Amino acid sequence: MRRTFAPWADPDAKPLIRFENVTKRFGEAMAVDHLSLDIFEGEFFCLLGPSGCGKTTLMRMLAGFEFPSEGVITLAGLSLEGVPPYRRPVNMMFQSYALFPHMSVEKNIAFGLKQDGLPKSEISDRVGEMLRLVQLEKLAKRYPSQLSGGQRQRVALARALAKRPKVLLLDEPLGALDKKLREETQFELMDIQHELGMTFVVVTHDQEEAMTMADRIAVMDHGRIVQVATPGEIYEQPKTRFIAEFVGDVNILEGHVMGQENGLWHVKTASAEVPLTIDDPDEVLHSGQAVAIAVRPEKMVVQREKPGPEAVNVLTGEVWDIGYLGDWTVYRIMLATGEILRVSCANVSRFVESPIDWDEQVYVTFAPGAAVILAE
Amino acid sequence: MKERSFTKRLTAGLVPAVPYLWLGVFFLVPFLIVLKISLSDPAVAQPPYKPVFEWSDIAGFFSALDLENFELLTQDDLYLRATLSSVRIAALSTVLLLLVGFPIAYGMARAPERHRSLLVALVILPFWTSFLIRIYAWIAILKPEGLLTQALMGIGLISEPIEILNTEWAVYIGIVYAYLPFMVLPLYATLEKMDDTLLEAALDLGSTPWRSFWTITVPLAMPGIIAGSLLCFIPAVGEFVIPDLLGGSETLMIGRQLWSEFFSNRDWPLASAVAILLLIILVVPIVIYRDVEARRVETRP
Repeated sequence: MRRTFAPWADPDAKPLIRFENVTKRFGEAMAVDHLSLDIFEGEFFCLLGPSGCGKTTLMRMLAGFEFPSEGVITLAGLSLEGVPPYRRPVNMMFQSYALFPHMSVEKNIAFGLKQDGLPKSEISDRVGEMLRLVQLEKLAKRYPSQLSGGQRQRVALARALAKRPKVLLLDEPLGALDKKLREETQFELMDIQHELGMTFVVVTHDQEEAMTMADRIAVMDHGRIVQVATPGEIYEQPKTRFIAEFVGDVNILEGHVMGQENGLWHVKTASAEVPLTIDDPDEVLHSGQAVAIAVRPEKMVVQREKPGPEAVNVLTGEVWDIGYLGDWTVYRIMLATGEILRVSCANVSRFVESPIDWDEQVYVTFAPGAAVILAE
Repeated sequence: MKERSFTKRLTAGLVPAVPYLWLGVFFLVPFLIVLKISLSDPAVAQPPYKPVFEWSDIAGFFSALDLENFELLTQDDLYLRATLSSVRIAALSTVLLLLVGFPIAYGMARAPERHRSLLVALVILPFWTSFLIRIYAWIAILKPEGLLTQALMGIGLISEPIEILNTEWAVYIGIVYAYLPFMVLPLYATLEKMDDTLLEAALDLGSTPWRSFWTITVPLAMPGIIAGSLLCFIPAVGEFVIPDLLGGSETLMIGRQLWSEFFSNRDWPLASAVAILLLIILVVPIVIYRDVEARRVETRP
């Protein structure tokens, strides 16, 4: 059971990690640009963005491998300024795993505990506990070179968890695993995080991974955070076109605002004869403003019959491509303007009498609430 | 078709034979000759030993061989002292080489990638000049009125010339200088392959940089440390030129002893016995190295 957990919505909650106006420059290049961010205790937090967006730099600053050029990072109220990595209550799971090749699985996991000078019996207890947690009891004496990729990933996780850090940093934790293993491991990571109640900060470029695991996602681009929100909000209420396009698939229709009526916006686009009607009351727009309308493929309906006169948001086009994915069928539909829409349709029935075929003339519709207006 | 496969098989069989052939002609045969001489008696003749091999008297030849020369080696403690002194000088030199070579190799491995091949070339560069000439040059540096004394007096560190030439210190300086590339290159080869994130992981897990060096860097560099140490230690034990030119008469080394038996005393059989002794001393570290290597491979396939 997942708890209802939203400390970010509580104005009195104290963040565990706080980035205050942090900037990091490498020579001329700006890796992180005046960034502020709060992460709360017990959160599973994802930093998501394309490569070079500064997410790894942000994580390395938290680990202590890089120091901010400007700004302050605090952990549990204490500034991390000048604190070297070996004195931070933060551990990291490296993308390459960075397992020590000359040490057995056991010794790798015990390494951090030994640095703390814990008594031997306690070290072996904790190592045993970690081995059970990641289900590697039988491989304790093996060396990293004798393990599979998935097993190495578990050792790296156990080693980083062994010291019970306040924050666990995970750099592309599933990047080196194959697809099936990746999906299993996603859920395992969530279970472990929930069980230990630890704060996890994950860096990833894989939006599916972020959506599955995170309590909140920070989408980064060019050293800045574009949006911090829950996976649902990021997907359904993307703030910018960049996010809409980066997270999931999306159809973008460009147009101009014509006005508001009963709380619904009317937007004139080249692709539809009648202005589109969009239910996005939070946007503040003015007439004539250039906007982009974003609609997710699964929120569009494709049909052969002409919709009735009461229908809103009707587009006409021709089937350009059909992709059958088993659970979904994806239609690519070319509009008269040359734009190509992506419409996905759940295959709820095993047999369809006369399925829509290539080159057919079709109508695509979507509800006013299915779309989001993005101010350009 | 058939013919081609025959020549193919022939060459495939010959390729592995090449090293054996080479070692046989240039190591095993000379070794057997030296062994034979070491078992013979000295004589005032040309060559200065007997018995001279004759096919007609094989039994007589074998009966004339004995271990007299090796007994002589054990009776006169000069040889024992020379051996121990050689091993000591070679061992201490190897330690000094490690101390000097490790930081150099580490620095090279950490240098920007585009500089590394240049640095390797520079380490090898001294080989362009003859070894002998470079050792002679050290005489000019180390002699009482030489460059080193002048420089130290110039900066006021010493007030009168120091005696370095013709002491054991000069031998250490010479060996460290001459053998440094053999230490640096294997160390560099292992350090360069090391993954930097391993050190970051160690730091992240609470290990200070100093501890991380000893728990991560040094164990991972061990193959290079062992290879470099053996490449330096083995030839240093038998070194002749450096102690002869820089060490003065006081410095006792087995290589010099061998030379003087051979050329001054013209006692070829005894000199050969010394050579065999030297070989036996050197076989030990080589066997240890092979054993360590084999166990390492066994535990970490």
